[in-house]
Amino acid sequence: MNLLIFLAPAALLMGAIGLAAFLWSLRAGQYDDLEGAAHRVLIDDDDE
Amino acid sequence: MALDTLETPGCPSGLAPAASVDDAPVARLDTFVRRDARGNDVIELMVEGASCASCIKKIEAGLLALPGVADARLNLSTKRLRVAWAPQTLAPETVAQTLTKLGYSALPFDPERAQQSVDAEGRFLLRCLAVAGFGAMNIMMFTTPIWFGDDMGDNARTLLHWFSALVAVPTGLYAAQPFFRSAWKALRNWRANMDVPISLAVFLTFGMSIAETMRGGPHTYFDGITMLLFFLLIGRYLDHRLRERARTAAREILALQAVTARRVDAEGKIEAIASRDIAIGDRLLLAAGERAACDGVIVEGSTDLDCSMLTGETLPVAARPGDRILAGAINVSRPLTMRAEAKAEDSAVAELARLIEVSEQGRGRFVRLADKAASLFVPVVHGAAALTFLGWLIGPLLLQALGFEVGAPDVRVALTNAIAVLIITCPCALGLAVPAVQVVATGRLFKAGVLVRSGDALERFAQVDMVVFDKTGTLTLGKPKLTSTPNEADLVAAASLARVSRHPLSRALVEAAGAGVACAGAIEVPGEGVKGLIDGKEARLGKRSFAAPLAADSSDGAPELWFAREGQAPVRFMFADELRPDAVRAVAALKARGIGVEMLSGDRAQAAEVAARAVGIEDWRSSVTPAQKTARMQALRGLGKRPLMVGDGLNDAAALAAAHASASPGHAVEASQAAADVVLQGDALMGLVEAIDVARLARRRARQNLAFSALYNVFAAPLAAAGLLTPLIAAAAMSGSSLVVTLNALRMKGKA
Repeated sequence: MNLLIFLAPAALLMGAIGLAAFLWSLRAGQYDDLEGAAHRVLIDDDDE
Repeated sequence: MALDTLETPGCPSGLAPAASVDDAPVARLDTFVRRDARGNDVIELMVEGASCASCIKKIEAGLLALPGVADARLNLSTKRLRVAWAPQTLAPETVAQTLTKLGYSALPFDPERAQQSVDAEGRFLLRCLAVAGFGAMNIMMFTTPIWFGDDMGDNARTLLHWFSALVAVPTGLYAAQPFFRSAWKALRNWRANMDVPISLAVFLTFGMSIAETMRGGPHTYFDGITMLLFFLLIGRYLDHRLRERARTAAREILALQAVTARRVDAEGKIEAIASRDIAIGDRLLLAAGERAACDGVIVEGSTDLDCSMLTGETLPVAARPGDRILAGAINVSRPLTMRAEAKAEDSAVAELARLIEVSEQGRGRFVRLADKAASLFVPVVHGAAALTFLGWLIGPLLLQALGFEVGAPDVRVALTNAIAVLIITCPCALGLAVPAVQVVATGRLFKAGVLVRSGDALERFAQVDMVVFDKTGTLTLGKPKLTSTPNEADLVAAASLARVSRHPLSRALVEAAGAGVACAGAIEVPGEGVKGLIDGKEARLGKRSFAAPLAADSSDGAPELWFAREGQAPVRFMFADELRPDAVRAVAALKARGIGVEMLSGDRAQAAEVAARAVGIEDWRSSVTPAQKTARMQALRGLGKRPLMVGDGLNDAAALAAAHASASPGHAVEASQAAADVVLQGDALMGLVEAIDVARLARRRARQNLAFSALYNVFAAPLAAAGLLTPLIAAAAMSGSSLVVTLNALRMKGKA
């Protein structure tokens, strides 16, 4: 019972961090080009 | 930097064809440049032909190598390229030229329209969805012990309820905003939509659950309602994505339309302006191959005009100074100067747009399947909740009067059960039933090269019982092809003359002859033909009256070119407008499905009859004006038919809007694509048949889903009315039904 007082807010905090991370990624435009991201991995940045 | 891929133009993987340099826009781009927050000049371009990682690298590296370019980023999903450079270091045309050199074609976006295209509503929905998901998952953590912790004391339970309330109320109220807004809008107009019962359920559930928590009671519905919102928002977001894709397509068409015109001022200086800035009286230069942006009169230059988009005629007509030129006409042979007589937005095209608008109002009466279901559903549910409330108030009194031993009516119990009915019947599955199916269906059609512009377009496609085709550019490719078989020497000689002309018949002749050189010194006589010297002897190619006035008139109405050389007998080349490769198959497939097929053509009777025969259409009309096409659509609808119009020209646009459903091929003019429900990509017509099949399948699935939702309510509502509903059952039933509906929709993904 006493434990609950600590655990519940702790769990909520972790959830909130996840939510904040998602909202940040949304604002940062990470979902604007879903196809391009898959292809960009294949590009070599270091042309000798 | 090594640009190893520079040698091959276009996509290095060969996935997409390279743009031909001829088609690259030569227009000036100054009007499309804007200044961004960092003080750089920015232009947004639509890039065609980019499809893979190498394309990204090639384009971005190629542009970054230009002096002054600060940033170049290609969005592969939207095919949009954003280039930023320090002011004054670079002309925007250099960007376009570089792209052309790399083998991609690029068209500019109107900056205002590019700005609007950020999908603010979609992001808001996604934010609501994320908040609702966060709420639903965290509340689950608090309610699981309530459901399964048998030895929990009342105080612990109430504490967990308070925790739930703490999470559920703020997240729920935030996430439900889209529903509140929509419900409020509907109520203000004295209408009810699906969002009214949803909003009501949210408020009542929170009110009741908070009251229950304060009382220390066992039943709260915080978990059920947040999960419900989560599911509903998924449906809402899917529906929005579908509409947004259609809207984006329409916006891109509009943005691309904003091409430039070239104005000649009093001193003879030429400047590029956006076509919306054309003023009446402006003198505009129209090069060969360019399309007129507004209505006007030709001031200088004789030429041929291709009016196929306006009238449906395959062949160009001759025009000389003093003749009218309409917006949308393409200048075929020689540069001309025209005087604008109307602003771009008031031109012939605009008149057609007005016709489209009027015709579309008729279509506005179409009721979407989901709305139809909602209009039945809402009164029934609210009635059931009211009856539950009254039943629990009056029921005990009645039973007492009949001599049964029951307690006095309890307002709290009556209210609780009425609210339980509202919660459990909250149209969760109903809200997902139709959008889930439509998203899967349009996704499947998209892969098959058919772009569906809205969810209700799909519903209207399912009802089609008749297809009306336009001829030029729809059943045919809209481009003549050589049908006679001349001897090789004549063909090569004639083609060398034809190479100096842009006339479609000349082009067809050149195509048949293959690679070769143009006859030096040959000149084009607009409206007549081409003349020049071959091996020192005069040669003429063109109309019979121009090339071989003495030859016998053997005209049967088919397009022809005569070729005459000094001292030799004239040769006649015959042409025909080539059918689309699968036109015959598509018409047969439609007939096999019991769908009537008809053809309306603006072309002459002879040409129309040949095409109709060739594809197997018995009902055809020729020399039909745009107004007559529209009238025919209305007449068919008056007879109770559900016609699908397929057309590509401006002359079809109004008929497309007047028909029950409509489609246009991918190369169609903007106005037609904007009026059409479905755009077919590539040269194939079979996509049409596929679209009808998938639409019918989608309708069946959507109906199954609606029937399932109704069935679910038939079982769930009495349970709630009887007061037997617990929060656990409510949560399980609601998520279960949503899952079933979604899975049923996904089932049609792969099925052929």
